[in-house]
Parts: sequence; C-alpha cells; structure tokens
Amino acid sequence: MTAPSSTLLRGVSVLIVCGAVIAFGFSANNYLLQAGTTLAMSAALCLAWNVVGGFMGYPSFATAAFFGLGAYVGGLTQDAGAPVFLAWAAAAFGGAVFAALLGSVLLGLRGHYFAIGTIAVVEVMREIANNWEAVTGGAVGINIPILPGTPNEVGIFFYLAMWAMVAIAFAITALIARSKFGFALRCVRQNESAARMVGINVFATKVAAFVISGLMMSATGAVYASMVAFIEPKDVFNVLLSIEVPVMVMLGGAGTIAGPLAGSALYVMLRELVWVNFINFHSAILGIIIIAVIYFIPRGVLRIFSRRRRLVPDGAK
Amino acid sequence: MIAQYIANGLLIGSLYACLAVGFSLIYGVLNIINVMHGSFVVLGAYVTIYCTQMLGLSPIISALIGCAVMFAFGYLVQRTLINQVVTAPIFISFTLTFGLDLLLNNAMIQAFTATPRSLILDYGSVVVAGVTLSVARLGAMVLALVLTGLLYWLLRHSQMGRAIIAVRMDHHAARLLGIRVERVYAVTFGIGALMAAAAGGAMAVVFPITPLLSGVFLGKAFVICVLGGLGSVPGALVGGLALGLLESFGAIAFGPQWSTTVGFALMIIVLVVRPSGLVGRRGFE
Repeated sequence: MTAPSSTLLRGVSVLIVCGAVIAFGFSANNYLLQAGTTLAMSAALCLAWNVVGGFMGYPSFATAAFFGLGAYVGGLTQDAGAPVFLAWAAAAFGGAVFAALLGSVLLGLRGHYFAIGTIAVVEVMREIANNWEAVTGGAVGINIPILPGTPNEVGIFFYLAMWAMVAIAFAITALIARSKFGFALRCVRQNESAARMVGINVFATKVAAFVISGLMMSATGAVYASMVAFIEPKDVFNVLLSIEVPVMVMLGGAGTIAGPLAGSALYVMLRELVWVNFINFHSAILGIIIIAVIYFIPRGVLRIFSRRRRLVPDGAK
Repeated sequence: MIAQYIANGLLIGSLYACLAVGFSLIYGVLNIINVMHGSFVVLGAYVTIYCTQMLGLSPIISALIGCAVMFAFGYLVQRTLINQVVTAPIFISFTLTFGLDLLLNNAMIQAFTATPRSLILDYGSVVVAGVTLSVARLGAMVLALVLTGLLYWLLRHSQMGRAIIAVRMDHHAARLLGIRVERVYAVTFGIGALMAAAAGGAMAVVFPITPLLSGVFLGKAFVICVLGGLGSVPGALVGGLALGLLESFGAIAFGPQWSTTVGFALMIIVLVVRPSGLVGRRGFE
C-alpha cells in the first residue's frame, strides 16, 4: 500500500467512525446513550494518561486529582454565571497550570516515590475540597446549573461533547506519537541519562507531557461536572479512578495510540456487565479483572498475539 | 494540657509505628508497595475482636492469635500471588496488590458488614503528672512498641532476620550465597501482615474498626514510611511517633478536620526535599 492511499484510507475510516458515533448518539436509548458517554469519558482519560504513563513510562496516579480539579474549576465557573464552553476552557487552563506546578515538583521523583507522591496529591486535594467549605461547599458538594433543553437533548449534547474530548485527545496522541516530542518521551522512558546525553531537555519534556495530560484530564472532569450537575469531593477525587484508568490502558496496551481506546471499551463493557449482575460484589469483581489483566495480558489485548508474553523479565521465579 | 496532647500523640504514634513497620519492611525487601496493608490491619483487628468477644479469650492471647493468622495469610498470599510479580515493573506489582485489595476489602465488607466494632476493655485509667491515660490504651501502646522492638532485634540477631537484611541489600548476591530468596520474601510478607495485625488489634482498643477504614490505614502507612524513610524499621518508629505528635498538635493548630491533610502535605514536602526520609539513608527505586 502506498502512502497517499493509506492516508486516504485512514481519513475515510476516521470519517466512518465519527459518523457511526454521531449516528449512535441520535438513535440510542437512554441507557445506551449513558453507556456511550461513560465510555467516551473513560477513553478520553485513558488517552490523557497514556501520554505520561504509556509514552513516558511514569506511573502516575494523579488522574483523579486533575479530573476533580477540572470538575471543581468548571463547576464553580459555571456557578459564577459563565457559559458552559468558557467553564470547560477555564478548567483546561486550570489543569494545565496545576500540572505545570505539580509536575515541576513531582517529576524529580522516580519509581515508587513518584507513584506515592501522585496518590498523595489526590488525597490532599480531596481533603482540601472537603474542608474548604467557603469555596467548594465542603463534603456536601455543589450544584451546577442544568443546561436548558429536554433530558434527551442534553444527554445527546454531553454524549457528543465527551466524544469531542476523545477526538481531541486522540488527535493529540497521534500527533505526539509521530513528533520529535513523542520520540523524546520514549527516550525518557528507556533511559533518562542517555536521553539527556543525546541533547533532550529531559525535565522540560517531562513537564510538557504532564501538562498536556493534566489539561486533557481537567477538561474531561469539567465536562463530567456539567453533565452530572452535582459534584462532591469523594466522587470526583476518587482514588479508584486513578487506578482504573491505568488498568484500562494496560488492558489495551500502554504506549500505543489505539490501546487506550481498545482498553477502555473492553473495561467499560466488562464493568457494565458486572454492575448489572453483581451489584454487591462490584469492587471485588473489578479486583478480579485487574488481577486477570496483570497475570494474563500485562502487555494489553492489542499485543496478545505478539512474541514476548512473559511477565517477569529475568529468571527470578 | 500540652502534656496530655504529647501523651496522646505518642500513644497513637506508637500504634502508627507498628502499623507502618510491616509496610516499610515489605517495601524495602520485596520492593513492592503493598496496597493490601490497610486491609491486613482491619482483618487482624477483626480476628482479635472476635477471639476476645466471641471466644472469650484474653485480649493478649487474641492479639497473638490475630498475629499468627495474619502471618500465615501473608505468607500464603506472597507465595501464591505476589511472588509472580516481584521483579516486574512497580506499576504491575502496585496495580496487582490494588486489585487484590479490592477483592479482600469487598469480602470483608460482606463478611463483617461496614458496622464499626471495637475492643472494649475496661481496666480503668491512671493519672501520671496530671496526664490521664487509660490502662487498656497503654497496654496497646506497649504491645505495639514491644513488637516493633522485637522485630528490630530479630532482624539483627536471628538467622532469618539476617537473611532478610541480606536479601534487602542485594537479592542476587543473597541467592548466590545460598539464601532461599523466595522463602525470605514469603516470610517477610508474613511478618508485614503480622505487624499489621498487631497494629489492628491495638487500634481496636483506641478506635472503632470498620473495613471502610483500610484506606485510611494505608494512607497513614504511606505517610509514615516516607517521613521515616522507606524500608527502614527505625524510620518507621520515628515516622510513626512524628506523625502521632503532628496530628495531635495539628488538631490544635488547624482543627481536627485538617489532620490528614497536614500529614499528607508534610509527606509531599519530605518527598521533594529529602526523599530518603528523616532517618533513611538511601532510596530504593
């Protein structure tokens, strides 16, 4: 296949997928619309996480911190009377600034220390949201204006908005994967000192990746907040989200472009089945899914048929 | 009044030290963050509470039974499940223990319900220099400190303890010297669970315990280990006492609702300024 026809093919398939997603939104019943929106939210978060966790190889568990920050910034901006799109832009900006600050502090750490640091950020943010009642309303949470229109119209609006987030995140991911910046990220993942030696500004690269990731997560959080019209600290700063997102990416294949999409689709379907059938054991079954992914497909479903499938690299059994 | 706050801080701090020391040991030797640690604390507490209240055993015997049960449980979990991922990238081992914790915690909520339970022991209280202390709480503190001290001593003076230290320093070299590294890993994990159980039994004297608290205990273990230096026993002791005092005084300075935030915020500062902790020497990655 020559290059132009492959580009054409890709363009046509992107159009078909977009058309299918939009057609689904207008024809689906409420439950499917809801499930499609949830899937889009997970996919957007997975694509965002993949920039730091996949391409750069840093085990970040800060997803819930950015998501929650975006939800609060967006929600509070809307409560102040701003229109929805402005609120989302404000949340994206807030997420980027926070990521730049946080990244320049935490990205000096590596391995376990980085992982622990990012989790601690989620905990601190939740406590602050819980206790800073003057601004966040405390543990009671805040209400956000509901958009005008019938419930179905609003549902379709948020469905399309979430998929627009996916499209943006996917485009960013695809651009990064091909750019010099993406190459730099992979170098950082392989070996930071070697990356430094070939002239990559390692620290700036890491912070930039964190900012891009945080910006997308916060924007997604803001869309979520407008959608549910009510947020509380324990809902949006939920550590479970910080774990689910990387698990989804791993399920699909970390560090690839399509992996986050495939992983979130599989995971959300599994979770829907679990929710319906075993409501009391839902977190236990999520645990089983996680364990199964780690033991059997740690490199993701997209690579399930590739040569190396062993989990433990050297002979330490 | 200040003396009372110091006494309360040290009391809870010694329980924290006991809670964190197992977590820290597992981290240092296996290079694994055991997300199940909080659930181990709760499970140990429940075994102790049930032995005391249902079987009518003395609290000390019950605590020892809790420790023994949790040691066996930890040993088995490591042998069968964790050992597969010991050398995998940290992201894998972390997520695996998180998945196991979801499973364990959900099972506990089903088995014990979310109702808080505590070990009510009425041995009266003593007043020392104007500070009122409940005898039961003092007993819990002594149990926690004795076990932590015993662990420290055993690590240096028993054969298994020295093997654990050898594996911690360099598991490749330890293997060459004929140490059965897998067995050391399993024993270490068992000891970690045992210390969690002891902390849980002692905690049950001070706070009502529910399976929902496991995340809180895990958070404390994180903070203490970073404060003290990951992987170090004296570090866990210093970090635990420091956190106990900090929470006690943080409650006066900022109000009790901020005490967790104060701990976590301090932890982030220590992570950034001195990642090896207050007494730790070198970070493991």
